[in-house]
Amino acid sequence: MKEIVVISGKGGTGKTSITASFAYLGGKDVVVADCDVDAADMHLLMQPDFAKSEDFFSGEIAVIDQDKCTKCGKCADVCRFNAIPVINDQYVVQPLDCEGCGYCSRVCPEDAITNESQNVGNWYISNTKAGNTMVHARLGIGADNSGKLVAKVKNEAKQIAKENNKNYIIIDGSPGIGCPVISSLSGAGFVVLVTEPTVAGLHDLKRVYKLVKQFNIETGCIINKSDLNLKVSNEIEGFLKEEDIIHISSLPYDETFTTAMTLGQTIVEYGESNLKEIIKESWEKVIQIVGKKSKK
Amino acid sequence: MKIAIASGKGGTGKTTLSTNLAGYFAEKGEMILADLDVEEPNSGLFIKGESVYKEDKYKMIPEWEQEKCTLCGLCQDVCNFHAVIQLVDQIMVFPELCHSCYACSELCPTDALPMVPKKMGELNHFRKDNLTFVESRLDIGQEQAVPLISQTNEYIDKHFPKEAIKLYDSPPGTSCPVIEAVKNADFVILVTEPTPFGLHDLKLAVDTLKELKIKFGVVVNRHGIGNDDVVNYCQKENIDLIAKIPNSRRIAELYSRGELIYQKIPEVKHQFENIERYIFAINKKGA
Repeated sequence: MKEIVVISGKGGTGKTSITASFAYLGGKDVVVADCDVDAADMHLLMQPDFAKSEDFFSGEIAVIDQDKCTKCGKCADVCRFNAIPVINDQYVVQPLDCEGCGYCSRVCPEDAITNESQNVGNWYISNTKAGNTMVHARLGIGADNSGKLVAKVKNEAKQIAKENNKNYIIIDGSPGIGCPVISSLSGAGFVVLVTEPTVAGLHDLKRVYKLVKQFNIETGCIINKSDLNLKVSNEIEGFLKEEDIIHISSLPYDETFTTAMTLGQTIVEYGESNLKEIIKESWEKVIQIVGKKSKK
Repeated sequence: MKIAIASGKGGTGKTTLSTNLAGYFAEKGEMILADLDVEEPNSGLFIKGESVYKEDKYKMIPEWEQEKCTLCGLCQDVCNFHAVIQLVDQIMVFPELCHSCYACSELCPTDALPMVPKKMGELNHFRKDNLTFVESRLDIGQEQAVPLISQTNEYIDKHFPKEAIKLYDSPPGTSCPVIEAVKNADFVILVTEPTPFGLHDLKLAVDTLKELKIKFGVVVNRHGIGNDDVVNYCQKENIDLIAKIPNSRRIAELYSRGELIYQKIPEVKHQFENIERYIFAINKKGA
């Protein structure tokens, strides 16, 4: 079983549209994991049925029992996050500022502070229209996206793949290079970078690849909107060569992606287009690379 | 006045709007732009200024001093982030996991874990005519963007007058880095695109800002693509639709080269006049 992680560094390069197309093409052979839990969009294309839903608890938050509090202020003194201001003559924890370190509760002489574990979101196991299982999640507002929910979604997907002898897990990752991305990369068998030929796309590609390199995972790249700027497109190809990244394919700038999306469809379900063919070939290429590796 | 530019979904045009608005406002007077998307800072690709100041940014982490340590195990007990682990005869610190809460350090009975600075990124301050541009970039492999965003905000608060107009290019999403970037803003401009993904993530961003009790309005980018659902949603929810930037391949091409668009596309400039009037009005109302 191989984990294929799709990331991009920069947001809006077409990562989710391409991942969902792969998930559709993979059909029953794959388990799908939407690890972009902060702004999860893949369900809009995969029409999952939310068959199973669970709360996700992570991290803690300090709660002050005002009946026990003697207003000594020690908690506020030790808090490095300024999360315990005095409001109406009471020390009150601000949930959005509290990091859940628990320091305040340890120094409170009255034992007036408890740490309560927080419901930071939900995760789901669904059947999708492509006939596969999808694990996805929704992070609560302002919740700490420490990568724990990402790890949960991934581990559930792994478990399902194992139990049902599935060959591949397809993972839609987050933008950026921080904790959720790092969490989605750990244990991956192949990384697909989706980029676009813009100065920002290339800049972010280089940064995210530096991170991927630390994990030492084989990597391929899809250049989306490749004809938007041929000069930058060439620069990207040069970068891929230099870094030994497999150039999977180049897709044209094509607003059909959006048209299909407004119908809740992946591009491979929508009409006949050149784009559709290239994505099919891209998926076959990915499977071929990943398949070869697992035989080794 | 602090105006944050945020979006929920990535790639909707936050950086385009931030850099172009900054350029547009700077033609008329002093203007400050900060790039708080420290994981993938892109504003600097569009604004080429002279470097004024540069500094490494640090977060504080505990450092184990073996000779003072009695291996009592308290540090491991108090760390809620599993950043301090006690092995048979030593203490290991994992800096990436540390939240700099100081609990292990200050509660250690023998002072064996003093806090020391560890580099997490760097801050750059540039100047171009009327425009001041500050960006921070997180070192690769660092997991937490929040401390760097918070320090960048402190730098700006310290160096620039309160009344100046400041634009903050924020990270995507709705979790901790975005909260840190927008929580002290007077107003947030949410940039979205009129597509199902755009609408879905716009709703998340709206819920977040309502929770934070921060005023906001919406700018639709790539107007003309997709459908009318975003516009209908804003009308139904009584959200101010400040401007509509047209969908155009020409804009995408200018953006791809790192160029500003408002000087070259009259319709964009016209939309910016709307934004300017809107901001001027809310600023006056707030004052």
